[in-house]
Amino acid sequence: MTDVTSKQEAMKSFTDLGTQQRSQIRDIWDQFTTHKGALIGSFVFFGILFAVVIGPWIWTLDPTFVDIRSRNQGVSFAHPFGTDQLGRDLFARMLEGGRVSIAVGLTAMLLSVILGAAVGVVAGFFQKLDGPLMRLTDLFLALPLLPLLLVIVTLFREPLAASFGPEGGIFILMVSAIGITSWMQTARIVRGDVLALKERDFVLAARSIGTPSRRMITRHVLPNVLSPIMVSATLGIANAIITESALSFLGLGFPPDFPTWGRLLFDAIPYMPQYPMWVVWPGVAISLTVLSVNYMGDGLRDALDPRQRSR
Amino acid sequence: MLTYTIRRLLLAIPTLLFISFVIFAVIKLSPSDPTANLPLTIPPEVREKIRESLGFNEPFIVQFFLWLKQLVVTEPKVWMNNAFGTEFEIGQRMISYQTRSPVLDLIVQRIPQTLWVVGTSYVVGVLIAVPIGIISAYKQYSVFDQIGTFIAMIGFSVPTFFTGVLMILFFSVNLGWFPSIYDTTHVVEDWSSFLFQVKQMIMPTMVLALFNAAQISRYMRSSMLDNLTQDYVRTARAKGLTEKTVVLVHVLRNSMIPVVTVIALNLPSVFGGALITEQVFQVNGLGQLLILAIQGGDVPTVQTVTVIFAVLIVLFNLIADVLYGVLDPRIRYD
Repeated sequence: MTDVTSKQEAMKSFTDLGTQQRSQIRDIWDQFTTHKGALIGSFVFFGILFAVVIGPWIWTLDPTFVDIRSRNQGVSFAHPFGTDQLGRDLFARMLEGGRVSIAVGLTAMLLSVILGAAVGVVAGFFQKLDGPLMRLTDLFLALPLLPLLLVIVTLFREPLAASFGPEGGIFILMVSAIGITSWMQTARIVRGDVLALKERDFVLAARSIGTPSRRMITRHVLPNVLSPIMVSATLGIANAIITESALSFLGLGFPPDFPTWGRLLFDAIPYMPQYPMWVVWPGVAISLTVLSVNYMGDGLRDALDPRQRSR
Repeated sequence: MLTYTIRRLLLAIPTLLFISFVIFAVIKLSPSDPTANLPLTIPPEVREKIRESLGFNEPFIVQFFLWLKQLVVTEPKVWMNNAFGTEFEIGQRMISYQTRSPVLDLIVQRIPQTLWVVGTSYVVGVLIAVPIGIISAYKQYSVFDQIGTFIAMIGFSVPTFFTGVLMILFFSVNLGWFPSIYDTTHVVEDWSSFLFQVKQMIMPTMVLALFNAAQISRYMRSSMLDNLTQDYVRTARAKGLTEKTVVLVHVLRNSMIPVVTVIALNLPSVFGGALITEQVFQVNGLGQLLILAIQGGDVPTVQTVTVIFAVLIVLFNLIADVLYGVLDPRIRYD
């Protein structure tokens, strides 16, 4: 009896295989799930993302509430990560800091990917613009980025803070500074792929029926370079988070009353001998986020590469 | 090859000019005022005089060329006078707003510390990374490879400021093995002072070395993997060469080509990373000079240090390209 049903099932799945096309997304997902690091990485990353987005609504302690009587406390049920030198709850501060750090990371990544993809597609597609745009990319690549970022952030902090408020101003400044200085790799990769795509037959076919350039880009080129864009987007999050926390760590990022992970780490350093955990929490949070994002990027790269998938 | 190198060197000049112009423009466009940090008791007329004496009221482009002239004409003359005892006429040297001493002298004072820490860490990093990359690739998917790639991923992801702080926490605060602050006034004269120098260099060097090793070992591994499946490897084995010769002579030599380029390309970014490490361990190198200058609004110093970083990047890009041509006979630039 069982034998018959299993045979029927086997037959059914066999006919399914014949009639139903396996979708591409399904293929990519299958390949992605075979990469254990990527799976754990995305699990951890979305866990952290979920925690910092939802967390402040559940853990309702105010991260800026000063309770001087319960300062310098260790790990307890009331304060899972302890309290700092002013009695502020560190867990609430970590959640709030994570919100800012990840928001900076995601927004800066978005900006840099849009810039990079636009430059890459335009340079690859329009031969006349290829030379100038790529020279521009080379020039940007030769800029000393970290020193330049430090200079930009220090010099433009106050005027922007004056016009957009201290928090909004520095947020805009950070995001645009990181975005403008990190689009070059994406542009190079996308340009290379677009150049290869242009030689393909389907592009020639589309051109022969008179497709205008704008539609060529949106219908034929962009969907086909989406995978390198997605990979560099993932790795861009990691890069942006590290840059933001490095700037905050140098004391040149967000203002002190506005916690980010880098800022929390920087503020905790004078107290390191007495309260080592204050340094460890934000450091681990940054490292874990970046590590999980990097693993996700690795897995995504493998999954989106058809040569890998067919193996 | 030589013509290619010369052509690239000539091309580097407009690139550097453009970059220093961009940096200059960024600093000048910002509404920063060199007299902002002076005491408020200074009357406005005097303040205006100070601004004038700093050349602040000149047109933007004149200021840029004055700075450029000081960097490429005046400073080499000073250097020539010091080195060969020539008697060139020296104009106004570039003066730091903060310390009132020539900027180039400050930089010359700071460079050795940075070079020591960065240079040692890079050498150590490469020495760790190459063998790990070779073994990881040769025994792909083995336990060693799995652990190696995992550690490389961690070293690549954990920011240097956190590894530095963790090391201080562990080795200075808890164990007390190494000093947490780098003492730059320390002079090596006998064995015990040499030991102290080694001790204080271990932590900053290891932090940077770990980060470099993580990056380079990933490149080494994938480059070895690319080469291990090539036909010439099978031929070498078929000839009856020992496994050691095949891997360490034939495969290694070919896989080193891209890795050497990456090593050269990454060196300038290590200087950038050293900026953070210097801040963690209080090494008074170039990075610390830059940060102090930024905080003090010291425009000439910021400008010059940043341009020096840019020169390093352009120079090592060029070295990487030339090296690639020298090492790989298939590459022909002419």
